[in-house]
Amino acid sequence: MSLVALRGVEVVRDGKTILSLDGLALREGELLALLGPTGAGKSTLLRVLHLLDRPAAGVIEWRGVPVAWPAPIDLRRRIAMAFQDPLLFSGTTLENVLYGLSVRGVPRSAAREKAEEALRLLRVDHLSHRRARTLSGGEAQRTALARALVLRPELLLLDEPFAALDAPIRRHLLEELTQVVKAHGITCVYVTHEQGEAFSVADRIAVLRRGQLLQAGAPEDVLLRPASRAVARFMQTGNVLAGVVSRRTEALSEVVVGERLLFSRTVLAKGTPVDACVRREEILVEPPAGGAPAPGLNRFPGAVESVVDHGATLHVRIDAGFPAGPLQALVTRRVAHDLALRPGHPVEATFSASSVHLIPREGSPDDDLS
Amino acid sequence: MTGVLASLGALLPAPGELLGIVLLSLVVSGVAIVISMLVGVPVGIFLGLHRFPGRAFLVTLVNTGMGLPPVVVGLGVFLLLARSGPLGGLDLLYTPGAMVLAQVVIATPLVVGITLAAIQGLDERLHLQILSLGASRTQLYLKLVKEARLSLVAALAAGFGSIISEVGAVMMVGGNIRGQTRVMTTAIVLETRQGEFASAIVLGVVLLALALGINWLFTWVQQRKPA
Repeated sequence: MSLVALRGVEVVRDGKTILSLDGLALREGELLALLGPTGAGKSTLLRVLHLLDRPAAGVIEWRGVPVAWPAPIDLRRRIAMAFQDPLLFSGTTLENVLYGLSVRGVPRSAAREKAEEALRLLRVDHLSHRRARTLSGGEAQRTALARALVLRPELLLLDEPFAALDAPIRRHLLEELTQVVKAHGITCVYVTHEQGEAFSVADRIAVLRRGQLLQAGAPEDVLLRPASRAVARFMQTGNVLAGVVSRRTEALSEVVVGERLLFSRTVLAKGTPVDACVRREEILVEPPAGGAPAPGLNRFPGAVESVVDHGATLHVRIDAGFPAGPLQALVTRRVAHDLALRPGHPVEATFSASSVHLIPREGSPDDDLS
Repeated sequence: MTGVLASLGALLPAPGELLGIVLLSLVVSGVAIVISMLVGVPVGIFLGLHRFPGRAFLVTLVNTGMGLPPVVVGLGVFLLLARSGPLGGLDLLYTPGAMVLAQVVIATPLVVGITLAAIQGLDERLHLQILSLGASRTQLYLKLVKEARLSLVAALAAGFGSIISEVGAVMMVGGNIRGQTRVMTTAIVLETRQGEFASAIVLGVVLLALALGINWLFTWVQQRKPA
């Protein structure tokens, strides 16, 4: 059974629907990463999950039982939340961690014991008597997490808790947090802008845009089998090519894209208009070899249009005669050096049929994330 | 030195009477500021946290109330408590109770306005954070009061300062009756009218000294280092 389930939930603000979800269920003990551009409704969704905002329509179920409004405080107290800004109170680190226990009426001595344990868990026990507002960014965020975790919530909501921290501290904290959450079986929703972070911790990933859930699934599915062109764009697929299935065999689809023919392992009926998605890192850039490619292998001769240096990797755009524009590939620095990649240089872009994911097209091909 | 003190003593009302005037001033303004804080702080927090139709009008009323002329307040409370007024049956006119009521009307908008500004000055996500840690509505308000306490001490000081030094309203509704409703400000007015300038000056100095002492206490509470 799911811990929380939202069905037909709509949130309206100033006459405008800012969140509209057909359905979203959180499984017990799972870590769901919530991705989406700014203004997608991620924070609104967290407030709804926290039972702080009453939806204009729809039902929220807690372990299968619909939540009555206003939400009972004992139910709200099974949920805790931490924000991007630690939002620490005045007083000491220990007093901050004690707050949630004190509002629950936990006796002082028992509360103190729990608070000290939580501070130890987050490795800030040596700062328990420091004034909270003198802590560094990392220490403050650890304290904020200790303040939430000490409540042993059944559902922990994290709204970009590490966004303001430096990358190494962020990685370290995220790793520790994931261990704690998993060890205690806490169901967790983690909002982040960092896709890498989401993939490193999540059991499932949900993509939200303009208040609507575009896809929720295993990380591999969201990355390699996006449900829509918008998800493909958001997951930085790189190549989303509009075409039509021209032939279907048992294991392959042939897709006509302009004057080019693509092979894909996604099998769809002949005549289906599709978006063919090929991730940038799946494209192999090679010197021109000539000759016919192996059956089912996609190989397109072309010329380098541009090379953008990202340090360890380079982003190469190859004009291969596709109507939507150049193919985009990601190559290592060594490959770029060995091939002496520069604009105008002739190359071949090769990728397997299993690298091509087909999405049946319903909306306009221009319906991208914005 | 002894001579100077003796001369000053001769200028003042009798020690018992002076003590009565000082105590009545403190009691009337003390009770009024306590009532104003009890009413004004929750109202200020409510206005600071919630958005609803008519809120802007209420905030405008509060802002206007922060600059209400005490004489106008005195007139309004007088008409309210006069025998033929809506609250005439309470028989409060020319009693300390009427003076407390007038001072509450003067101080409450100040307390509401400063509390409202203090709550709006806090990070707007703070109340979400407090609620997310399991606070009830009452616990949320108490925590916000704690977090905004520096500004609330300012509200207390501003409210108390405005009423302890006010004369127009208490004169109109209290009547400056010797031994009953005479406070320091009305006593100063009386002494001045009677040409007893030296006595008025000494009472003024006592009033200033009291105001200084009380504000020093507020400042100490406000500025001391938190734990």
